[in-house]
Amino acid sequence: MVTVLTEASEARVSAEQGQTLWLARGDLERATGWQMKPEGFCKDDVCVPTPRGQESDYLRDDEVNATAFWQLMGKTAVASRDGDVWFLGEGAEQRNEALLSLQAPDFTLSDFSGKPHRLSDYRRQRILLITWASW
Amino acid sequence: MDSDIEAARPWVEAANPTYVTLIDQSHRLSSLYNMVNVPQAVWIDEQGRVVRPTETGGSIDVLREFDMEKKAFKPGAMERAQVAKATYLDAVKDWAIHGAESRFAFDPDESRSHVKTASPDVMLAHAKFQLGQYLARNQRTEEAEALFAECRDLHPDSWNIFRQTAEKLETGIAGGEEFWEKVMALGDKEYYESIDMDGLR
Repeated sequence: MVTVLTEASEARVSAEQGQTLWLARGDLERATGWQMKPEGFCKDDVCVPTPRGQESDYLRDDEVNATAFWQLMGKTAVASRDGDVWFLGEGAEQRNEALLSLQAPDFTLSDFSGKPHRLSDYRRQRILLITWASW
Repeated sequence: MDSDIEAARPWVEAANPTYVTLIDQSHRLSSLYNMVNVPQAVWIDEQGRVVRPTETGGSIDVLREFDMEKKAFKPGAMERAQVAKATYLDAVKDWAIHGAESRFAFDPDESRSHVKTASPDVMLAHAKFQLGQYLARNQRTEEAEALFAECRDLHPDSWNIFRQTAEKLETGIAGGEEFWEKVMALGDKEYYESIDMDGLR
């Protein structure tokens, strides 16, 4: 079993542990929200085509090389030593595009009683998002 | 921003805030909003648009006015910090009342010009930090520590990464030797970056 973390999710999938993450198509979608389609690796209205002539680096039988696709998109993929936990994060280009768009990146975090709050549920109010820590 | 929710809880309970208080154990906001210290703040308007991007939220850099022998700030430092905090709070209140009409809210071009962008190393640091936090929560301390050391090197400007993973004093504050060493090594750089606001520049 492998745990796949993203900025918004945590999924457990049956995959081989190693320094490359091959995921069954269904698991790929469940863990990352990205889908394998004939036109490539897709989410919402964005599709990243599989590089021509290199299909075997990205696809095998019913599996997708999630690490290779993540890197192809300029995103950040890091694994634990045994490859049993992965964090698939954004890349600098996507992050900076989002910051410069001025649309506040959405997130869900819990309060101290465990109740989740989503930033975008507070639309129509002005929000002061301010951080603090005990350390 | 606390990997240990129980470290934060007593403070939050004592403050008993009327506003929503969230716990960010993996510092996701640091990555999402490119934050490097606390307090940092973002002003978000009714449409979800950022009218003041990530910046220091009411603190000024008086750390190097701390007298190590007397264990106290030099005369005047705390007072200046209090004035700065009040100035910032007044600006927040002005915006709460006047919205886009407030002189403290940036227009889109100004707002964009105040955005600080992230480098690939910074994004790698955030990914490794979040992976490390997950491993630490699952008792894989040694592997997590190794990741945190990498994070510090990849993102040396982040006090959030540094202080969260640094040795804590009995008080829970990361104010030990390694902290002061890093502060003193700042040179001309500020600990709390000053912000583009009347009275705080």
